[in-house]
Amino acid sequence: MSVDQKMDSSRRTLLLATSAAGGVAAVATAVPFVASLTPSERAKAAGAPVEADVSKLKPGEMMTVEWRGKPVWILRRTPEMLASLDKTDEKVSDPNSEEPQQPEYAKNKHRSIKPEYLVTVGICTHLGCSPSEKFKVGAEGGMAADWPGGFLCPCHGSLFDLAGRVYSSMPAPTNLEIPPHQYLADTTILVGDDGKA
Amino acid sequence: MTTKSQAVLNWIDERFPLTSTWKAHLSEYYAPKNFNFWYFFGSLALMVLVIQIVTGIFLVMHYKPDASLNASGVPVAFASVEYIMREVPGGWLIRYLHSTGASAFFIVVYLHMFRGLLYGSYRKPRELIWIFGTLIFLALMAEAFMGYLLPWGQMSYWGAQVIVNLFSAIPIIGPDLSLVIRGDFVIGDATLNRFFSFHVIAVPLVLIGLVLAHIVALHEVGSNNPDGVEIKKKKDATGKPLDGIPFHPYYTVKDIVGVVVFLFFFSAVVFFMPEGGGYFLEYNNFIPADPLKTPPHIAPVWYFTPFYSILRAVTYPLFGLDAKFWGVVAMGASVVIIAFLPWLDRSPVKSIRYKGPIFKIALAIFLVCFFILGYLGVLAPTPGRTLVSQICSVLYFAFFLLMPWYSKLDPCKPEPERVNFK
Repeated sequence: MSVDQKMDSSRRTLLLATSAAGGVAAVATAVPFVASLTPSERAKAAGAPVEADVSKLKPGEMMTVEWRGKPVWILRRTPEMLASLDKTDEKVSDPNSEEPQQPEYAKNKHRSIKPEYLVTVGICTHLGCSPSEKFKVGAEGGMAADWPGGFLCPCHGSLFDLAGRVYSSMPAPTNLEIPPHQYLADTTILVGDDGKA
Repeated sequence: MTTKSQAVLNWIDERFPLTSTWKAHLSEYYAPKNFNFWYFFGSLALMVLVIQIVTGIFLVMHYKPDASLNASGVPVAFASVEYIMREVPGGWLIRYLHSTGASAFFIVVYLHMFRGLLYGSYRKPRELIWIFGTLIFLALMAEAFMGYLLPWGQMSYWGAQVIVNLFSAIPIIGPDLSLVIRGDFVIGDATLNRFFSFHVIAVPLVLIGLVLAHIVALHEVGSNNPDGVEIKKKKDATGKPLDGIPFHPYYTVKDIVGVVVFLFFFSAVVFFMPEGGGYFLEYNNFIPADPLKTPPHIAPVWYFTPFYSILRAVTYPLFGLDAKFWGVVAMGASVVIIAFLPWLDRSPVKSIRYKGPIFKIALAIFLVCFFILGYLGVLAPTPGRTLVSQICSVLYFAFFLLMPWYSKLDPCKPEPERVNFK
């Protein structure tokens, strides 16, 4: 270096151009590696709709079916349970389901097609835990004395009412998701397909 | 040494720096002669790393990262851990060594880090050692988190679910980022397999590289000591530090004592309480992962709980972004801020022996907050507990962020010329 300070600028240009080309190649090579981390075709294709037979479900009972690896609850609500939704209207943060957490046909007071049956994804909208059922009214189930029944997320304490609506100032930002679903027969529900998509 | 073996050594030395490396890092690496109890934990951490790698190699021979259900309806991954525990000869011991080793790793590393706080080991010229150390801590957390998914129990599954969902709180890229981490729309087989790959190959490689950089940087500048004075300032005629002694044999022998005492406690846990009272191995993790049902109470393993508490302490949205996002930011910042200590501490002295009452009180408050946050992290949140964790989180950050001021104000004692040694 000290012998000859003169720089061969054409070689330097070539060196830079080669390095740049090499850099582009390196970045391009990274693409398939990053792509391989995204869900595979099989994972994308999974999630076929599931059929649920609710004929054996008694009023006040809940069943869970698995759809896309997530729990989907089907709760057959009693008239008292449905009446409790009037009481929780003022306690929940989104009483009219303005957030797009449900298909249009479930954007109603009871957040379902038939008022009696609530079909909802049983995954808390906070960090993805599955809330526990707290259907017993009042302090009996370890809740507050004026508890009208609903769900409690064990992870961070979010409360939901019996329509999956989240109480105000909870860690969970939105109501539970209502999946697309339809009735194939009076007591057969198809979860994951509403015939509209 | 016989002439024959000397000849072999010469032959090697002409081709590979064996003798010079031995001298530079062991027999002629001069460490201060006044190391105390706190200086055991660096070499112990290295030993636990070796335990984890060796036991890990043997566990991989029998473990299967497969989330599908076997003929009896149990996930294959969960069943393969049970197989190791019940049917592989010696498998139970290897697995308990590995699971206990994980907790031991964090105990040793926390003590090692606290030593740095006590004696100012992060101060100039050891900033890079400290930064490498913080990176090791981060890599260790990633390693532990991903390893915890592998048994595919309920805590594995739901712990990963919560932590991966945290990333979705990041604006714009969040949802896609958590998708890339999971490799699926839910935690599943894809997640299990990539965590396995990271846990056994990628992160260990990074860890070993960082540990190497940590030690090379340390041996370049020399070790700090409980008095926080540089032994290289006072050298004898031959250029050896007056207060230094060769690492080998003096500290190799001393560290072996540390290893024996450590293994005494370690073995007691492995053989008599491998579950560590439900803290080293959580009871809910003896139930196979069930994507449809969250256990009634989920908490991270004990070594994550202080940071988990900080995450949960953030309950206010800010600048139009979710509290969830700020919780993630606070948790990340609480670890990363450790790396900035070399520039936050403006005290004229390094060691707590010569620092004044302000630093001692600040460190005591920090320590108490760290323990309270750790304790609250294993409990379910209540409004009262959340308030306590918020106070402790503020104090945790105040320890770091106010340090430039209080460390300057602190009335310090003069440092001695030479190390104290009785």
